[in-house]
Amino acid sequence: MPVEYSGIAKEHSAVRTSAGLFDVSHMGEFEISGPQALEFIQYLTSNDASHLSDGQAQYSALTTPEGTAVDDLLVYRHNPDRFMLVVNAANIESDLEWIRSKNIFNAHVEDISAKTGLLALQGPRAQDMLQTLTATSLATIPSYHFVSAMVMGVDTLLSRTGYTGEDGFELYFPASESEKLWDGILASGKPAGLLPAGLGARNTLRLEAKLLLYGNDLDRTTTLLEAGLGWIVKLDKGDFIGREALVRQKAEGVQRKLVGFAMNGRDIARDHYPVYVNGVEVSHVTSGSPSITLKRNIGLTYLPAEHSAVGTKFDVSVRGRACEAEVVRTPFYKRKDS
Amino acid sequence: MNPQDLQYSKEHEWLRVAGDIGTVGISHHAQSELGDVIYVELPQVGTKVEAGKTLGTIESVKAVSEIFSPVSGEVTEVNNDLTSTPEVVNSDPYGKGWLVRIRMDKPPSGLMSAQQYTEYTAG
Repeated sequence: MPVEYSGIAKEHSAVRTSAGLFDVSHMGEFEISGPQALEFIQYLTSNDASHLSDGQAQYSALTTPEGTAVDDLLVYRHNPDRFMLVVNAANIESDLEWIRSKNIFNAHVEDISAKTGLLALQGPRAQDMLQTLTATSLATIPSYHFVSAMVMGVDTLLSRTGYTGEDGFELYFPASESEKLWDGILASGKPAGLLPAGLGARNTLRLEAKLLLYGNDLDRTTTLLEAGLGWIVKLDKGDFIGREALVRQKAEGVQRKLVGFAMNGRDIARDHYPVYVNGVEVSHVTSGSPSITLKRNIGLTYLPAEHSAVGTKFDVSVRGRACEAEVVRTPFYKRKDS
Repeated sequence: MNPQDLQYSKEHEWLRVAGDIGTVGISHHAQSELGDVIYVELPQVGTKVEAGKTLGTIESVKAVSEIFSPVSGEVTEVNNDLTSTPEVVNSDPYGKGWLVRIRMDKPPSGLMSAQQYTEYTAG
């Protein structure tokens, strides 16, 4: 997947106003199956997978005993005995090792990443574009649900999910069909403004929607509560790895919080730029970029909890110059119909 | 693609010489690598600059890149239009996308011809 095809700004705007097509086949997919598959997933992840029905997906995280993140992921339930986990590309091997080392439930764990293709069609026109290529009614698929569907004659798992803050679909299918679906969807959507989109736009889109990027905003040193992911931490669902630590942290309160900020000047905060509160370096920008939609320069960083309220001003060091930033409400961008 | 009458630096700036005044911009190759330019930070008129040293910065959506001066001298003019329309660095890098004019202390040295630069960026 290239950084850009026709330009990040153009691709970004296409996704916000029409649609963009991303080839994200590099993502990892694991199948977890067996009579205790659900129990295993409940033990591995922080969200409550017992609430899922067949054909439903949820955002969740693999947690360490310290309550930090091994990875963030999507959990798909095919049926009570069969699930699919979708994980970050960079973590495929370490996740697999982690999952296998915790498998006291004798679940069957299979890495299907290599044989699975994944395209993401994202944007307000995504449904219309995709509907011309399948007999399955797309309008009836709710957000975070999926169906098995034939798309251009290809057996596809069609999921109403994405990483852009827009409506859209993710299509999982045999990797050998990638080119056929890529070309077919692009051709079908082109008249309505569909553009192929790259990693650059994927990053600016997800940041505006405050969707976290593992390795930047979240990793094995940050707890889910610090990262603002308390909504996927279900402490009352039963035991899971990291539960005790998260119970304790929730009771005591977090020392630092991941916040969204906007620069008050024209300077652009980039990943890893140092962050200062009252002249003291406290952290760094975990994700920083111009916002194409908002025409402001935005970012995410960890701030001490007592300095994390909306409206709090702090400094980002931009090539040695202290530039004022301000904590703002997130997500930075929210689509109108959501 | 790269105009014949310009000289080029290894850092992908171009220089147009007219008397002791050198006009500086970034090459087509550089703008293409940067992608959508959204912010150009330039020195003030009167600033002394040195060949090979930082002249300013260009920010695109995806990255920030330093601009290195291809010559030594004093900045006599900056392209203030770039404040409101930085994207002309992409659309017209050798024309309206120029960055600064410098009164050169001495004739430029160590720069490449258009042909040399084309080979340099092809490699």
